[in-house]
Amino acid sequence: MKNIDIAKNILLNPADLSEMQIQKILTQMLGYQVDMADLYFQAIQHESWQLEDSIIKDGSYSISRGVGVRAVSGEKSGFAYCDDIFLPSLEQAAGAAKSIAKQGNQKRIAFAGFNPMVTPALYLPNNPLNSISRAEKLSLLTLVDDVARKSDSRIKQVNASLSGVYEVILIVNTDGTFAADVRPLIRMNVEVLAEMNGRRERGYAGGGGRFDYQYFQTNSQAEQYAKEAVREALVNLEAIEAPAGTMPVVLGPGWPGVLLHEAIGHGLEGDFNRKGSSAFSGRIGERVASPECTVVDDGTLPGRRGSLTIDDEGTKTQCTVLIENGILKNYMQDKLNAKLMRMQPTGNARRESYANLPMPRMTNTYMLNGNHDPADIIRSVKKGLYAVNFGGGQVDITSGKFVFSASEAYLIENGKITAPVKGATLIGNGPDVLTKVSMIGNDLKLDSGVGVCGKEGQSVPVGVGQPTLKIDSLTVGGTNHE
Amino acid sequence: MNNPHNFDVVAEEKQLRELVSDILQQAKTLGATQAEVGAASDNGFSINVRLGEVDTVEFQRDKSIGITVYFGQRKGTASSSDISREAIKQTVEAACDIAKYTSEDPCNGLAEKELMAFDYPDIDAYHPWSLDPITAIELARQCEAIGMTFDKRIKNSEGSSVSTNQGIQLYGNSHGFIGKVASTRHNFSCVLVAEDASGMQRDYEFTTARDPMDLWSIEEVGKKAAKRTVSRLQARSISTRNTPVIFAAEIAKSIFGSLVAAVSGGNLYRETSFLLNSLDTQVVPAWMNIMEKPHIQKALGSAAFDSEGVRTKEQSLVEKGVLQHYVLGSYSARKLGMKTTGNAGGVNNLIVENSNTTFQGLLKQMGTGLLVTEVIGHGVNITTGDYSRGAVGFWVENGEILFPVEEITIAGNLKDMLLGIQAVSNDVDVRSNIQTGSVLINNMMLAGQ
Repeated sequence: MKNIDIAKNILLNPADLSEMQIQKILTQMLGYQVDMADLYFQAIQHESWQLEDSIIKDGSYSISRGVGVRAVSGEKSGFAYCDDIFLPSLEQAAGAAKSIAKQGNQKRIAFAGFNPMVTPALYLPNNPLNSISRAEKLSLLTLVDDVARKSDSRIKQVNASLSGVYEVILIVNTDGTFAADVRPLIRMNVEVLAEMNGRRERGYAGGGGRFDYQYFQTNSQAEQYAKEAVREALVNLEAIEAPAGTMPVVLGPGWPGVLLHEAIGHGLEGDFNRKGSSAFSGRIGERVASPECTVVDDGTLPGRRGSLTIDDEGTKTQCTVLIENGILKNYMQDKLNAKLMRMQPTGNARRESYANLPMPRMTNTYMLNGNHDPADIIRSVKKGLYAVNFGGGQVDITSGKFVFSASEAYLIENGKITAPVKGATLIGNGPDVLTKVSMIGNDLKLDSGVGVCGKEGQSVPVGVGQPTLKIDSLTVGGTNHE
Repeated sequence: MNNPHNFDVVAEEKQLRELVSDILQQAKTLGATQAEVGAASDNGFSINVRLGEVDTVEFQRDKSIGITVYFGQRKGTASSSDISREAIKQTVEAACDIAKYTSEDPCNGLAEKELMAFDYPDIDAYHPWSLDPITAIELARQCEAIGMTFDKRIKNSEGSSVSTNQGIQLYGNSHGFIGKVASTRHNFSCVLVAEDASGMQRDYEFTTARDPMDLWSIEEVGKKAAKRTVSRLQARSISTRNTPVIFAAEIAKSIFGSLVAAVSGGNLYRETSFLLNSLDTQVVPAWMNIMEKPHIQKALGSAAFDSEGVRTKEQSLVEKGVLQHYVLGSYSARKLGMKTTGNAGGVNNLIVENSNTTFQGLLKQMGTGLLVTEVIGHGVNITTGDYSRGAVGFWVENGEILFPVEEITIAGNLKDMLLGIQAVSNDVDVRSNIQTGSVLINNMMLAGQ
């Protein structure tokens, strides 16, 4: 079945809502001085299973469905939603949303009807919750527990979780958009606690994407997460104090791409730039990175956690070049900010749910390959830090200062990786950190599918990636200062 | 412009009460030996004005239910934002179905019946505000204008917001307990951008309260936002060094939040805490007392009963620096062979006693060191106590603020940081569940240029 038919079946048919009725609501909204109005229908099923103390401790299931109604008039957005899909509630919400605009006949835009668009899907429209049996789901968790505990006697605790989401959306807009998406998303997390001589350290691993649970059953994926979490915990058992101060930092490939997400990604979102509050405002065409750096935001990678066939305004996603050979090229846009900045939407409109307004957000943000052998990059550092895994990060988009916290890192001494060091926060300045990138590896890797981005209280899944790269100087927030 | 959703708190309560007892009955019919239900209904709106014009008007209305069922010692949970009869039935069935697949866990089950807060106190949390969106827009416009005109270096704004919400929450379980909390929450905030030759800085101020009468004035919010923002201009990094650090009151609560996390049941039984076996031991200096006062009228962290229906009570968490009890719900209490402390869902109004010194006095006491007004990032490891976060603030010499600093980190170990607290000033920030003044810590590693 096509996405549009699945969406109609799940979202419109139970409420006996016809296209005609929806069209009427949109037309009525345009009776005000509204430039654009949209309805976002959404239904979500979510499940999760948790293992602790080697038993299946908890399972949960949740459902939510509703419609968000937005009216845009100039820079103003009016928004209301209802948590039932039902014509009278919808009309009420539409009435509230359009009340930001004045009633009147001037500037009246005629609603020309829908222009349904079919975009080739980047993932299968199947419900991942039904992809394997309950018993198989639980055995994935017990397998992880078993592998982790057997791999080393110092492992004292294993927590593992498996979760799946099946989301169906339908977007209609006065600009003619009539688009649907069916979005599966699965995730597995493993956390272990290792203990030695009274010292305890944790290790994490996990991954997922927009596919079904069979992903974890193939290529020993679940076992690999268990082994990876164990490896990280054991490394951290040996970690010494992290250095404090400014030094060369080599970041490993993959998840350390959270650097790009924090240092430049948020600052290139259209809303902050339209408002002029980003450290990157008005800087398109300027050099913001060394000439080796090319960074993209790509929502079109099949099956990736941050990918979307269409964004939450129905715009087809794309690969947007943010920085090309060090020059700032583009911002990431939704319809509102693109229009106000006289630019084109880039398929970056996202929202946590029907109960939130959309805004420009990242999808999968990564740096393209350079031409260095990663081993040469390490060899080039006399004294510095090699960071391969991170927790999260944060940025102040106005001052440009950003942080990200290493959870696995090592000292580099005379070109060699030596002792592991404790987790430390790294801090830098977004608009100039990439100008200090002096070597880029040829080993581009994307993360395993665990990213969650928070902005104005809304969380959305995202991806990051990068090859190994060297930043000539970055401040490392350890405790050891010589 | 009107809120489309009327909120009749009496009618909402009646509907939710019926829902809770229906669900408990359905769970029983499906064979659950115990069950508990949380049901909530919220309503409100928020508006944001930017550069004098309306930016967003958002109307909010949420209803939700969450169900936990026990079949003996097996547990299942389910939740729904759809409270139609059909959706409720599906949700109860889903929870019961899940309980067929989870494992027996001897620690599972409701909290003991005799601990239920059958006669819970009123915490006076419900003070609805008859504010309409048009008036709210006018308030936000004034607030922002006060901020924008306060200093000529304020060049831009991310807007001023006004929001008001009211809601009712019910919790019921198969012990026959059903409790309700009607509450309101109102906010003003203002986010400004200052700019000079050194670049741009953004900061904000906010006020939040259960009762609109307890909000700061919009003048105060606008002016404070402007002062905070301008004071950050020309911030710079400084060189790496060991230094005493003052955490300003609005962020000092995060240190005690970490203390609470480390003595909470979940982290203790999982052994992911830097304060294992810390009961009756010194965790902060001997002059410090920390009390939990869950029944303060109108306070943001008040709770008449915890999230399992257990009676909450005034209790001392730390006395003369010594930890008096862990922070436990019934599950973690059973895991540890202890009794619940009425803290399922966390602490309720944690009050850190101050040392009767003013903030100026605290600066003098520190002499030379770092005043931190914002921390960024998540570099707090509760398992090991290792702490490393980005910081923004001011460099202080001889008790005087000299210049703003940024692009630095502060690091240490929470165990040492807590024991290294020198004083707490009396500038208590009440906008939070953890109420503390600013905190002086003897030594941390500052990393910078």
